[in-house]
Amino acid sequence: MTNLSASPLLVAEGLSKFYGSRIGCRNVNFALQPGEVLAIVGESGSGKTTLLNLLSGQLAPNAGAVRYRMRDGETKNLLDLSEAERRFLARTDWGFVHQDARNGLRMGVSAGGNIGERLMGVGDRHYGRIRETARGWLDRVEIDTSRIDDKPTQFSGGMRQRLQIARNLVTHPRLVFMDEPTGGLDVSVQARLLDLIRGLVADLGLAVVLVTHDLAVARLLSHRILVMKDGHVIEAGLTDRVLDDPQEAYTQLLVSSVLAA
Amino acid sequence: MSRTAENYRGYNFAYLDEQTKRMIRRAILKAIAIPGYQVPFASREMPMPYGWGTGGVQVTAAILGPSDVLKVIDQGADDTTNAVSIRQFFEKTAGVETTTETEKATVIQTRHRIPEAKLQGHQVLVYQVPIPEPLRFLEPRETETRTLHALAEYGLMHVRLYEDIAQHGHIAKTYAYPVLVADRYVMDPSPIPKFDNPKMDDCAALQLFGAGREKRIYAIPPYTKVVSLDFEDHPFEATKFEQPCALCGATDSYLDEVITDDQGGRMFVCSDTHHCETRRCEGHVGHLGMPVTEAAE
Ligand SMILES: [Zn+2]
Repeated sequence: MTNLSASPLLVAEGLSKFYGSRIGCRNVNFALQPGEVLAIVGESGSGKTTLLNLLSGQLAPNAGAVRYRMRDGETKNLLDLSEAERRFLARTDWGFVHQDARNGLRMGVSAGGNIGERLMGVGDRHYGRIRETARGWLDRVEIDTSRIDDKPTQFSGGMRQRLQIARNLVTHPRLVFMDEPTGGLDVSVQARLLDLIRGLVADLGLAVVLVTHDLAVARLLSHRILVMKDGHVIEAGLTDRVLDDPQEAYTQLLVSSVLAA
Repeated sequence: MSRTAENYRGYNFAYLDEQTKRMIRRAILKAIAIPGYQVPFASREMPMPYGWGTGGVQVTAAILGPSDVLKVIDQGADDTTNAVSIRQFFEKTAGVETTTETEKATVIQTRHRIPEAKLQGHQVLVYQVPIPEPLRFLEPRETETRTLHALAEYGLMHVRLYEDIAQHGHIAKTYAYPVLVADRYVMDPSPIPKFDNPKMDDCAALQLFGAGREKRIYAIPPYTKVVSLDFEDHPFEATKFEQPCALCGATDSYLDEVITDDQGGRMFVCSDTHHCETRRCEGHVGHLGMPVTEAAE
């Protein structure tokens, strides 16, 4: 990590969420540094989605806290933010890339409008400038700029994901949450998207919390891994270490099933 | 209690019972206190179909007093079926005096226009509103639009205008053009032409908006700042007409295209019929008009 800042960007402290007697996730602790990519891996039902929703402030924990270092340098507990502050944070300093692009894009709005929305949301009122910025981002995510006025409904699955990424990055967020960003895509499309994400993350120094069941995706993108099972983090560490030398029996099983596949 | 109301099959003055009127007045007061904010109200069944201005009619019924003078316009005209039936409705149920003269009216109920004559402080303009939610087009979820209003997150409105420019090269929206009221709430001014938008700003009259089917009331108090949304490089422009009114020669009024014969003949005339008549009575004659003295006698 080139970032010398001692203070982490995001800290999870004893995060727990229960649904009645069922455990969503329990006592999760970690710190995410600026520019770091953390993969949360596990099977469905392991609690990784619950954890993602807790981290991004979309769900309130039963215990614990999520602390985030704001752009002004002050670290705040997400629970202490007003809804207005939390939403502002979410559409400026954060990004959220959904597995299903329809949840992350406005399907009835042109590509340019999708990218421009965040800019207009923070008060940009110059059409020409918004459009130029949108063109720049289309180019950056390898979508032909001549498609700027086309709607996402006219785009392929891979293009939709790339548009979703551009729409999020236009305000230069420092943290992006990704929920199975390559899920449901063809292998070749996946490879290209992963490549693009890896490049952007490195160029922009983005911190990423990536939720995936796909260990190959985790290996390609992440620096560190949390392995979840039944709502608990059962193993954590540097990605190469965890995947090459898993300590827990369950992680070994996950890794071997990937190797077998 | 006026005599007519008692005579009209036992209905209360202006049709609605006093309890309902009080409920509507409370909504109106709240709407005035929070300019541009949509206040929910328990919209009542009225003896006319939705789309005929039941929201506006309920607002008018709630504010009307026996000494009021009522004018009703539809697309600027006093003589359309819709305007005539609403006017007759209040003549029968409230027995109030009605007029077509903008200056004489104390309450003006309107569909799709603001009169050309500058409104005064003692007047109330009541708009009939079909769809009160300006964000509906891009955000169908009611819970979400409520949050967007509460937090003044209005980027979406500009997305809508952005899409217009991207598609047409300019903001093509010519009616129901969204405005920001008192620097706080974005509001749909009902389907008035954007030509009328500047009249809402700093207006001396109280402006009330009633949506019957959607059960919402909102308001612009007198002398409130009302700004049409736009971009720095695509500023709001009120519609301009290339020719004057064919009948009265007015160059500053909103014109409707009227078909004059089966051969496709057409002319542009004031949509505000009272404005046009007033001008003609004052001696103004358009290029297809005739002096009013002959016509009137
Ligand atoms: Zn005229």
